[in-house]
Amino acid sequence: MSDIEERVKKIVVEHLGVEEAKIQSDSKFIDDLGADSLDTVELVMAFEEEFGCEIPDDAAEKIVTLKDAVTYLTANSN
Amino acid sequence: MFKNKKLLVTGGTGTIGSSICHYFKSNGCEDIYSTTTSMNKVKTDQEYIKFKELNLNNIKNFNLDKTFDHDIDYLVLNAGLNRDNIFLRMSSDDWNSVINVNLNSSFHLLKHFTKKMVKKRFGRIVFISSVVAHTGNPGQVNYTASKAAISGIVKSLALELSTRNITVNSVAPGFIESNMTKKLNNDQKNSILGRIPMKKLGDSSDIAKAVGFLCSENANYITGQTLHVNGGLALI
Repeated sequence: MSDIEERVKKIVVEHLGVEEAKIQSDSKFIDDLGADSLDTVELVMAFEEEFGCEIPDDAAEKIVTLKDAVTYLTANSN
Repeated sequence: MFKNKKLLVTGGTGTIGSSICHYFKSNGCEDIYSTTTSMNKVKTDQEYIKFKELNLNNIKNFNLDKTFDHDIDYLVLNAGLNRDNIFLRMSSDDWNSVINVNLNSSFHLLKHFTKKMVKKRFGRIVFISSVVAHTGNPGQVNYTASKAAISGIVKSLALELSTRNITVNSVAPGFIESNMTKKLNNDQKNSILGRIPMKKLGDSSDIAKAVGFLCSENANYITGQTLHVNGGLALI
């Protein structure tokens, strides 16, 4: 598991209160992990904070799984 | 009542805005921010308020992240503008500036601050609306349109944010002794008084107390509502 993936997973676990073992890289935050729409906004804010980058709204809307987040952050974080 | 909480009131130099700031200060709030179109309007007894010069007509070109890099607990969207004229003589400038200041500026301020409120899972948002948003008023098509739109925002935003302990309400003043009603001539004033069951204009402190109530713990379970403070002028 990459460093980025590990950090993203940690945020998801902490924020959504789900067990780490239940998170697959293609689990959807809303459909599979019980997030509501505000949780997804908060997750993106937490990613921004952790990785010191700004995720614009149009990109944020496309981040619906762990994999989406890791892919975006791998390409865009400092 | 408001100890260790942060308040932002837009338009803090106006009659109602000043009164709201004063009420919160008197009830323990020590961190009060406000906006004004010109620092010259700040009164000498308002030193306790941290003012930012910000013309809400131009807010989209303004860097809110830089000006307000902190969170707040209470957001009171009070700043308002009227440019009255019968509709057939209303210029598009008068339309646009009223909609910009009274309505569009709220979009930008809310975007900025609700994010921080969601994060800290607390927020009290209070709009200052107006009785005329609910009754209509000749000569104020632009003003009533901007204020009526607030009712929609209050309801939808209240639903969106309710799970994060953020309430969204509005206070709808009737006729209040203020700079806005000072512009009325005596005939207009008398005709208004004739329609108010309490036979007097409201005081700005009446509005401040209603705002204070909606931000206090007494109103924790109240959201999406409009509190009418109008001496019986309109019972809605």
